[in-house]
Amino acid sequence: MNMEVLEPGLLTTVQDCGRHGYRHLGVGQSGVLDSFSAAVANILVGNSPGSPLLEMTLRGPVVRFSVPVRIAICGAGIDAHCGDLVLPLWRRIDLAADSTLRFGACRSGARAYLAVNGGFEINPLLGSASTDLRAGFPGLAGRQLLAGDRIRLADGIRPDCAEPRIARSWANPSPELDLKQPALVRLLPGSDQLADGDVLHAAAWTIGSASNRQGLRLSGASLRLRKPREAISEPVMPGTLQLPADGNPILLLADAQTHGGYPRIGHAIRADWPRLAQLRPGERVYFVPCTLEQATNLWRSQQQGLARLAIAVSQADQA
Amino acid sequence: MNTRFALEPLGEDAFLLRFGPNIDAATNARVHACAGVLEQHRPSWLIEIVPAFATLAVQVDLNLLAQDEGWRERVQAWLLAHADGEDADATPAPATVHTLPVRYGGEFGPDLDAVARHAGLGPEEVIRRHCAARYQVGMLGFAAGFPYLIGLHESLITPRHATPRTEVMAGSVGIGGEQTGIYPRTGPGGWQIIGRTDARLFDVQREPPALLAAGDVVVFRAVDEYGKPLA
Repeated sequence: MNMEVLEPGLLTTVQDCGRHGYRHLGVGQSGVLDSFSAAVANILVGNSPGSPLLEMTLRGPVVRFSVPVRIAICGAGIDAHCGDLVLPLWRRIDLAADSTLRFGACRSGARAYLAVNGGFEINPLLGSASTDLRAGFPGLAGRQLLAGDRIRLADGIRPDCAEPRIARSWANPSPELDLKQPALVRLLPGSDQLADGDVLHAAAWTIGSASNRQGLRLSGASLRLRKPREAISEPVMPGTLQLPADGNPILLLADAQTHGGYPRIGHAIRADWPRLAQLRPGERVYFVPCTLEQATNLWRSQQQGLARLAIAVSQADQA
Repeated sequence: MNTRFALEPLGEDAFLLRFGPNIDAATNARVHACAGVLEQHRPSWLIEIVPAFATLAVQVDLNLLAQDEGWRERVQAWLLAHADGEDADATPAPATVHTLPVRYGGEFGPDLDAVARHAGLGPEEVIRRHCAARYQVGMLGFAAGFPYLIGLHESLITPRHATPRTEVMAGSVGIGGEQTGIYPRTGPGGWQIIGRTDARLFDVQREPPALLAAGDVVVFRAVDEYGKPLA
């Protein structure tokens, strides 16, 4: 009862909602970058929103399931096939035993999620199944998936079908996540003031090719601090916008280190982390100023949307 | 009234308490005393308590708090009441002292000679001075279980490598500017490596997984390649 990895894809990892409560030991959060898409995928298959699932980056893997499974694919617009059949995103799909699921490239966005009902059987470490690539923790021996890996499936629904069965209803991710729209990311003020704060919000910021799960490297304008300060390591969080000496900011994501010495010039709000997770190298992001109250309200309404989806899915299952 | 620290937001769900502008052992000790008090009274909504040299971050669980309009004010009041309360003045418990054996120089410490040259000292004197100090664990960061140690002898202050090494072995003891520290896991690193310890700094199978805690004291003891203490 497993999922065998035939081709690994570019960077495929097991992630859940992250590792919390260990930053004082230097252990970062990890977890899915696009928490919205991951939660929708889990909810569609009947899992709790933070269950372990696969995060696929830019190009997905080829996997084979030894048993029938109920799955959902959400997030980036990734090519997905089962045999000749094109699989849609944002829908529940039942697959027969020995189905091979062939992912291709992400045509829009950068990260897609594959949830399986029941989830993957990964021994949690420090309270989470998330792969911490920097520390080398599980998920799967702390690394990305490789060809030949077999991941055990936890007990789950084994649908009775001879060929893929695609649900008629789908979860519309818009407006929370709309990859056709320009990426507008709302930013809280940081503790270090810029000499010209307007530049941050006026410029178009391009995502650098060295960007990864730790952070997005941005270029677009040269930023300077109003009052340069000595670099002393202080706590940083996912979402923190750092300004290294070269003037090109770095926006930290889920794999952010726990401490950093660079000035902090802003903080991306949680409700916009899913959009950040979907930015591809070369794409642009724009920053919009925001207040703490707006940030909390936007996050709350995103969570309420997910809660409504979970209720709708469970009611449909009972009907 | 709060006299000990400044409070600033660190994103919508975290706060930074700032105790001072510099890296010094006294300010750092206040950070750890405060972290201890918050830990003692820790409510379920407090996810992270993250000490650094002169600052302390706390992260809260918005799932538990955000339904309430006034949650931010209530959290701030709680922080002020506890972090600035009577018990923050109490004498902290005596620090745990860890004596770590270190093989200095040679393949274990490829930068020992460079540090000695920079200091204008012989390698033996560098080892003697590095072992003579009692270091305070200022914080754990950079990597899981990586201790930033405060208390390096001034003469040993050495700049980091301009280009970091791609591979520094686990247990490597290094000097980075005015700090010294230990790499828990093999990986890239830019500090001057002067020796290596067998101590396992981080082991997820252990509880707690980190050997050292912020606020602990570390002493290094020079040993030969077989692990026997050097005279």
